[in-house]
Amino acid sequence: MSDLIVAVLGKYNYWLCIVLMMIGLYAMIAKKNLIKKLVGMNIFQTSIILFYVSIGCKKGATIPILEHRADHSVLVDAAHYINPLPHVLMLTAIVVSVSTFGVALALAIKIYRKHKTLEEDEILMQLRSE
Amino acid sequence: METILSIKPLIAVLVSICVVPLLVLSKKVNVREGWTFAAAIVKLLLVLSMLPVILKGNQIVYTLAEVVPGVAIRFRVDALGMLFACVAASLWIITSAYSIGYMRGLDEHSQTRYFVFFALALSATIGVAFSANLLTLYLFYEMLSLATYPLVTHHQDKEARTSGRKYLTYILGTSIGLVLPAMMVCYHLTGTLEFASQGFLAGACNRGLAAVLLVFFIFGFAKAGIMPFHGWLPAAMVAPTPVSALLHAVAVVKVGVFSIVRIITGVFGTELLSEFNLGVVICTIASVTIIVASLIALSQDNLKRMLAFSTIGQLSYIILGVGLLSPKGITGGMLHIAMHAFGKITLFFCAGAIFVATGKRNISEMVGIGRRMPWTMGAFFVGSLSIIGLPPTGGFLSKWYLVLGTLEANQMTFLFVLLSSSLLNAAYFMPVVYRAFFPPPEKAMFENKIQEAPLFCVGPPVITAFISVALFFYPEPFFRLASMAVRFIGGN
Amino acid sequence: MMEHYPAFIVIVPFLFAFVVSGVAWIKKELCFPLTLVGLGLSAWFSVCLLRQVATTGVLKYRMGGWETPWGIGYHVDYLNGLVVTVVTVLAFINLIATRKNVTEETPEKEGAFYSLYLLFIVGLTGILLTGDLFNLYVLLEVASLTSYALIGMGSGRAPMSSLNYLFVGTVGGCFYLLGVGYLYIMTGSLNMADVATLLPKLYNSNAIVMAFIFCMVGASIKMAFFPLHMWLPNAYGFAPTAAGSLIAPLMTKVMVYVLIRLILTVFSVDFAFVVMKMGDPMVWMSSLAIVAGAVFALSQKNLKRMFCYIIVSEIGYMMGGAWLGNNAGMTGAILHILNDAIMTLCLFLCAGSIYYRTHGLELDRLKGLFLKMPVTMACFVASALSIIGVPPTCGFFSKWYLISGGLQAGQYGFVAALLFSSLVNVVLFFRVIEISYYGDFETHHGHGSSPAVVMESPASMLVPLLIVSIGLVVVGLYTCSIVNHLIAPILMQHGF
Repeated sequence: MSDLIVAVLGKYNYWLCIVLMMIGLYAMIAKKNLIKKLVGMNIFQTSIILFYVSIGCKKGATIPILEHRADHSVLVDAAHYINPLPHVLMLTAIVVSVSTFGVALALAIKIYRKHKTLEEDEILMQLRSE
Repeated sequence: METILSIKPLIAVLVSICVVPLLVLSKKVNVREGWTFAAAIVKLLLVLSMLPVILKGNQIVYTLAEVVPGVAIRFRVDALGMLFACVAASLWIITSAYSIGYMRGLDEHSQTRYFVFFALALSATIGVAFSANLLTLYLFYEMLSLATYPLVTHHQDKEARTSGRKYLTYILGTSIGLVLPAMMVCYHLTGTLEFASQGFLAGACNRGLAAVLLVFFIFGFAKAGIMPFHGWLPAAMVAPTPVSALLHAVAVVKVGVFSIVRIITGVFGTELLSEFNLGVVICTIASVTIIVASLIALSQDNLKRMLAFSTIGQLSYIILGVGLLSPKGITGGMLHIAMHAFGKITLFFCAGAIFVATGKRNISEMVGIGRRMPWTMGAFFVGSLSIIGLPPTGGFLSKWYLVLGTLEANQMTFLFVLLSSSLLNAAYFMPVVYRAFFPPPEKAMFENKIQEAPLFCVGPPVITAFISVALFFYPEPFFRLASMAVRFIGGN
Repeated sequence: MMEHYPAFIVIVPFLFAFVVSGVAWIKKELCFPLTLVGLGLSAWFSVCLLRQVATTGVLKYRMGGWETPWGIGYHVDYLNGLVVTVVTVLAFINLIATRKNVTEETPEKEGAFYSLYLLFIVGLTGILLTGDLFNLYVLLEVASLTSYALIGMGSGRAPMSSLNYLFVGTVGGCFYLLGVGYLYIMTGSLNMADVATLLPKLYNSNAIVMAFIFCMVGASIKMAFFPLHMWLPNAYGFAPTAAGSLIAPLMTKVMVYVLIRLILTVFSVDFAFVVMKMGDPMVWMSSLAIVAGAVFALSQKNLKRMFCYIIVSEIGYMMGGAWLGNNAGMTGAILHILNDAIMTLCLFLCAGSIYYRTHGLELDRLKGLFLKMPVTMACFVASALSIIGVPPTCGFFSKWYLISGGLQAGQYGFVAALLFSSLVNVVLFFRVIEISYYGDFETHHGHGSSPAVVMESPASMLVPLLIVSIGLVVVGLYTCSIVNHLIAPILMQHGF
């Protein structure tokens, strides 16, 4: 039992990511409103971003800006800083996520203009009767 | 035996493909007809020019491109291929003359499309004749299937559509579903697909697999009309008669049978087949078709359908002959390719001539027609003699060798099959001729209005009937080619 | 100059995209010529790059001069050299062929359309040339986003289908990203070659297995591998003509390339087949995909949707070939990437040509088309023969390799599925050929479109169509040289 608790608490970042991912997937599949689906997709993408960011963390490490000490030398010790690479990668991923959201919103606006509703079942009914 | 490298086989195939744009672009119909004749004559001359080389015992090879490791698109002219090519090329000229008369006589539509696809079909036929390996054969076999579709469905009515569908289902379905996997398995077993004198599968597979592959190939080449995949042949009779004549008496069906002969001799080889005792399998399948087809032909009233079933039966003679695996039997089978072609095409030409002159399609309506169309029915008589296998026609020679072959191979059952089917052939042909010439007076259907069909329709059957008789007295070069082919596969 | 080709292939269309969208405000007529130039340059560079790779071998290009694994490296070998040439050349041909379609269907948005067109090619070529896993994700999303926008530009059900595609596609991309994340955690590197050297010690770790699975699932979603194919028929079926014929032949094939690249280079053949033992189940899934695609295609009443299900079937061919685990199978899969791209383009161009004249692609609207549009239908017959697998078209030869591979691997179910699919294709295509061969052509009963007399399409559509159709046969005849010079070396390199 204590093993299980250790497994859960020790890797809480991964669990959190999974929970968020499932929430996002649920929203994308189960919700009927297009905007809610969109938000679900965003949550899904965010969970992955958080996953990446979390793997860069180290115990007792600080933000990745080189520390200048009193004697003008620079502390370059990898263990002292958290890994900046995942953060950098995720900046790109955030941009991708935002662009996707933008395109999706543009499509939603186009759909709204045509069907006057954002509920998926109403839209499908309108399409079927065309 | 040398192998000579020459581009002639490729050109022989390409002649009719190249003439297609000329056909499409000709403004005047006579120019178009002229181009067809020109292509046919050039093709025949090319084929004949290679004949001396083959008769000396050599072969001509030309490789176009290697497309898959170990297999190329390659042409090889050997005795068997030359036999078939001579038959096809010579009959194309005659059929072109006939087509002109027929199409103009009936004022058919889309004649350019007709001549174009006819040329393509002949190209594919010569391609099959000159194929050096299974892949090239398959390529031209498929090309033939596709090129003949517009010909079969020429009339573009409901009947044509149903028949066209049947045609494609039987022919493409079997070639993709049966031949392709069998071919791939052969390649998988041996890494090559070249036809060899003792078969390239020698030593590469066991009895069970060989039997399965053999069955796949025989039924896969549905153009040979083996039952139960024969249904397309009667259905294809909706095509204009020249199509039925050349294609379904000579080109398409002979391609099917030729392919099977190639499979038996070049892929499996007589030794492998006799070792595994598979010759009997082939002969049995063929015999069933012979008997059943002859029986069905007895009950047909439509002349072309009767001829169709007769063709189905006759094709299996060829397969029976080769399946006997004895030299005389194989000679007889190969010879029958030529003899049957000339005989059958005569019969179809006559059927067409009768239709052009009288508009009649059914035998029951042709009572007494012999008096009005003596030349046509005379040719019909000679043609039916050839098919039955009576002297003095060429058909007798090939039947004779087939009979000798059964004796040589000690297969009495198949001797019985041959003889009884000859009787059946007589039973359905002779009444037609008899009633045409000697009708009971009250049943004579034709008064003075009917006259002989136009020259273009009567000339060709008379010519081919004459050739059938001539072949009895002088069966060269077919006999020589057949004997050479048999010697070649007998183990050089 | 020559050594910068990998960068140019991606960057030139990128720059032109911005120029085109700027020029659209000023002078609309310049959009098309500019796109033509941009894409033409990219195609030309691809061909030169392929020639270079063929003579000098693998090309490694460092972006900005940064050494890998810290910088992004572009890695060009025979495989991506071949595919990138195919992609750019086919996109170029499609651009010319569908010009009239674009003017007709999205008239005010030409500038936007063409700049998106160029950006889509940027995305695809980037995916193909890159040697960095994360860079692949970025360019994958670039390609996907532009394809969502291109498809969404259509009318009718297009925006809804595109939105659906967006949702599914994003999930796919995210799965791939997750897989890359796992790889990064375990190896600390994002460069494909680097990861490949670091992975063998880690084969037993669960994280690597998960990474593989996530990458596979992500790629499978984006390539519409059955049963993850639901987005494809709607998205490609309702897209505007030019977008459909651009995206359909290319996007899914590029994803197949990604999968093959992951198997061959990153995870190595040993891992995929020996450690994961995924060969057999994947071949069964592929056989299922082939059969399902064929069966669904039979029930379609619209020509384009029929083509879409045929694409699903063809993806099954490629996946099955890749997972057979032998030389013939993988050769067949890679050859089929090339062949299927050409065949699908030919089909969609035919559909585009027919749509341009008849404004309807329902099967019963196609009556008598052989008389009205003989050239288009002749090319249709050629591509039909290729998809059925009749020699000497290219489709026959990739089937040859796939069946050979299947026989060698003992996967008779796969071979049976391939033959079944060929037979179903015969039915599918001859049904269409029959309908267009017989019967009088009925003029449609006005849905607001012009009841024009149907005649053949303009030359700008027919000439590219003819080129592609002739290409089908030429590529078929040259199969041996393609396989020997371009495909065999890659496979030998990776131990096949």
